[in-house]
This record gives sequence, structure tokens and C-alpha cells, in this order.
Amino acid sequence: MSKRGLLACAIALALAAVAPLAITSPAYQNMLIVALMLAQLGVAWNILGGYAGQVSLGHAAFFGIGAYTSTLLLMHFGLSPWLGMLAGGALAVAFALVIGWPCFRLKGHYFAIATIAVAEILQVVFTNWDFVGGAVGLTVPMRDTGLAAFVFNSKLPYYYISLALLLLTLAASRAIETSYLGHYFRAIKDEPDAARSLGIDLTRYKLIAIAASSFFTACGGTLYAQKELFVDPGSVMATSLSVKIALVTILGGVGSLIGPVIGAGILTAIEESTRQIFGGSGRGTDLILYGFIIVVVAVYYPQGVVGGIRAWLARRRSPPAPGVERAA
Amino acid sequence: MSALLEVKNLGKRFQGLAANEAISFSLNAGEIIGLIGPNGAGKTTLFNCIAGFHKPSAGSIVFEGHEVTGSTPESMARLGVARTFQIVKSFASMSALENVTVGALLYEKRVALARDHAMQSLEFCGIAHRARLAAGNLTVAEQRRLEMARALAINPSLLLLDESMAGLNPAEVQDAVKLVKAIQKRGIACLIVEHVMEAIMPIADRILVLDYGRKIADGTPLEVRSDPAVIAAYLGD
Repeated sequence: MSKRGLLACAIALALAAVAPLAITSPAYQNMLIVALMLAQLGVAWNILGGYAGQVSLGHAAFFGIGAYTSTLLLMHFGLSPWLGMLAGGALAVAFALVIGWPCFRLKGHYFAIATIAVAEILQVVFTNWDFVGGAVGLTVPMRDTGLAAFVFNSKLPYYYISLALLLLTLAASRAIETSYLGHYFRAIKDEPDAARSLGIDLTRYKLIAIAASSFFTACGGTLYAQKELFVDPGSVMATSLSVKIALVTILGGVGSLIGPVIGAGILTAIEESTRQIFGGSGRGTDLILYGFIIVVVAVYYPQGVVGGIRAWLARRRSPPAPGVERAA
Repeated sequence: MSALLEVKNLGKRFQGLAANEAISFSLNAGEIIGLIGPNGAGKTTLFNCIAGFHKPSAGSIVFEGHEVTGSTPESMARLGVARTFQIVKSFASMSALENVTVGALLYEKRVALARDHAMQSLEFCGIAHRARLAAGNLTVAEQRRLEMARALAINPSLLLLDESMAGLNPAEVQDAVKLVKAIQKRGIACLIVEHVMEAIMPIADRILVLDYGRKIADGTPLEVRSDPAVIAAYLGD
């Protein structure tokens, strides 16, 4: 990473660390937490959807598995949600591998459609399954508060845990991006046939991508369950959540490390401001804006905000000089 | 001496249409074979069967003594069969160097070391000065070289070149011919599908001619050129 990049990271990190100390209103602190959680989910989605180019519109399934697994283990065995988070991640990976095996035979839009179907089926199963509370959902038992119990009375600890999980997911994503896996994922996304001709087993590497992606998505699910202390299929397995996870990444910049974080910031700000401007009567205004954003991004900025900024910077740095390219 | 590649009675049908029928030939280590024939003769189909992109409907393919009929492209690559594509398939989101690095990663999973290996391959193909450029910004001739550099990065013993000289100007064709000769000097055998006759005739040790999916001639460039069946296929009866 360049010196300027490191400096920018350090500043962003310092700002993130002090932000909740400056913003003391619980409502705004909550907004920041939601933005961080959404960013984390976007970064996790990006490993599969961004780098490897396999667009999933069913990530709520992994999120829900994470939320339900830790909650059920806590209810029935008193297992710490921290361990529950790992168990949820492991279960999500297992589910992802079983689902990925047949779904990765499908290409492009067909894969995306299959992921919608899988997530939808899972939501229906959970809605009708009494053991997991059915449509009513589950209330996370609160026996204790504090770090060990993963339950807190104030927003602040949730903020820092969300931030830590985001940083961890970013670190994992960065490690993947710079390793051979990152090269292979991008090769598979750009030209699958050429990738195969270089000895890359497509299914194997797509499965690695979905395993990493689903693990971190499930971790986000456990965090959500511990923060809301309530899970139900309508909130943790909703198709709208899947779409939102994909949208923050697409808006911010597919296949760029920091893109989903920027996308999550913008999307949360839009959601919150429409809620404040239009109040209860404006329910769904944010959805109209989502639709508008998708159209604008797809038409004008297929590389998202990060891609747009990069292109702008590149134009500024080197004004186009036709002819020079060829002569070189 | 046993052949590097042995194709026996190879057939490939697409819903009743015989694209390849009873094709047999062998290729020795370090040999250059040109594969020519009119459009639709089945050259690319044969190519795809050998590279693992098509499953043959009949016959067998033996590579370095291994029976590889119906193998996948990725396992063929690991055995040492590399290929380029008729329509260039470079990884557009990556730089030229990263494109070749993907190939080099087959045997060296440490990115920094694979990148060094990739750089050597770019140098060998004469486009090292373009290493940092986005692959999509290269000229057609450079993109064809990039594909060769990428294919060579997997250390193949057989390189399949699918019309690598299409779309090049005469000077670029001469450079490409030199590059193929340099590849052969490294002991790598080449099977070349080519339309540019002046490019293939001087470098090929042998020429195979396909017509309507069948092999109609197999010999030195000189023999093939005077073969009445070949003349008929190209000029019409």
C-alpha cells in the first residue's frame, strides 16, 4: 500500500474510533452501527460477488443462519454467542458449499436467480418451523450483560464490535485480494474459459469464494441478533436484505476493497434522511431511491462510486494524448 | 521415440453434424504442426477436443503416454497443454503483467515469485514494456503476444495457437513467426491453426489439412502444397 493510502487509512480509522464519542445521541449512534454492519456485509458479499463475479441475491440466507445458530445455541445450551458466531459461520459455510455445488453450474443471471430461490426457500422453511420459533421468531435470552455475554445496555460497545468486525472482514478481504486467490477470482470473473486454460478449476475456486463470503456474512448475522436481541425470518432472511447487501457493494464499487464501505455510508444516509423528511407517510421512499440509484449506477457508473472517482483521478493525472500510446 | 501427442480416429459430432471424423495424427516433442483447411473444416473443433474444451464423440487422445480423452481444460493445462484463443480472451480488469501472473500461479502460489516468472515470460514475448498497462489497452498484435506470454507461463510442453496471426500486418506477422520459432527453440511443441499461409508454411515441420471434418493431407509444407486433394479443397473441383 502506498504511503498516502496508509495515511488515509489511519485518518479514517481515527475518525471511526472517536465518532461515537462526538455523536452522543443514541439514535445517531444506532445509525452509525447500522452503517458499519451493512458495510461489513457488503465487504463479505464482495468476496464472491465482486472479486469472483458471482452475483448472489440470497446472502440473507447466510446472515439468517448466523443469527439463528448463535441464538439457538445460546437458548438450548447456554453457549456463548462469541462461540455461537463461529458455529454460525461454520454452518453457513457448510450450507454454502452444498448449495454452491449445483448453483455454480449456472452462469450469470441464472446463478443470481438460483440464489434468490435458495434464500426464499430457507425463509419459508424457517417461517414454518416451530423449533426455530416460526414466523414469530426468537427472543435472545438475556441472562447477563457485558463483553462475555455479548449483551450491552448502551450502544457504544455495539459500535466498537461492529467496527472491529468490519475491520476484520476488510483485512480478510484484502488478504484474499492480494493473494493468488484474488488473481484467480478476477480471472474467473473476466474470462472463465481463459482461466480454465491456465489450469484453474472454476468450481473449486468459486466454492472457496462463497465459503469465505458466507462465513463473514453469518458473523454479521450473530452480531445483529445480539444487538437486536430478537430474530425472525422476516428481518434476518428477507429478500430485501439480500438485495441491500448486493446494492451497497454495487453502489460503492464492485470488486474494490473499500467500495462497499462507501456504498453502505451513502445508503444509510439516504435511508435515514428520507425517514426524517417524509416520516411514516414516506414509507418506501428509500426503495424508490434505491431503484433510481441502481439505474444510475448501471447506466453511468458500472464500477460504482469508487470506480467513478478512480476514472476521474486518472483523467486529471494524465490528460488524454492520442497517438502517444501507440508510439511508445 | 514415442510421440508427445497421439490422436487416434478422433470424431466429434454436434447433433448429427460431423465436425471431426476419423482424424489421426501424432506430434513429437518440439515439433511445429500447422493445421489448415477451408472455413468450417473443423480445425477449431479439433483444437478444442485436444485442449479439453470439447468431449470427443469417438477416438482417443494420448498425451505424454496418458490417456486424456475427454479431460477437462484445467487438467490438460496441468499436464502441460497451453492454448491461445481465436478471439482474444485477456483478463480485461487486469494489467498485462497480472494476466500472465495468473498463468504463472499454476506452479507458484506466492504472488511475488509468480510475478517474476510472469515478467520473464513478457520479456520473452517482447512486451515487457507494456507490463503495467491494462490488458484492454494493448494493440491487437500485443494482445496476441500477451496471450502467448500467458500460455507460456504455465510451462507447457505443447502450445496450441488458434489463429494467432489473424489481424496482424505483414511486419507483425514476421515478428510473430520469429516468436514461434523462439518458442520451438525452448523445446515446446506447437500446433498452429492458421489462415495466413505465408506465416505457417516456412515454420511448420508438417502441415495437416482438414476438409469437411476429415484429414485430407499430412506432410511437409512442400508435399502438401502440391497435393491434388488440397488444391481441390481450396480452389474447388
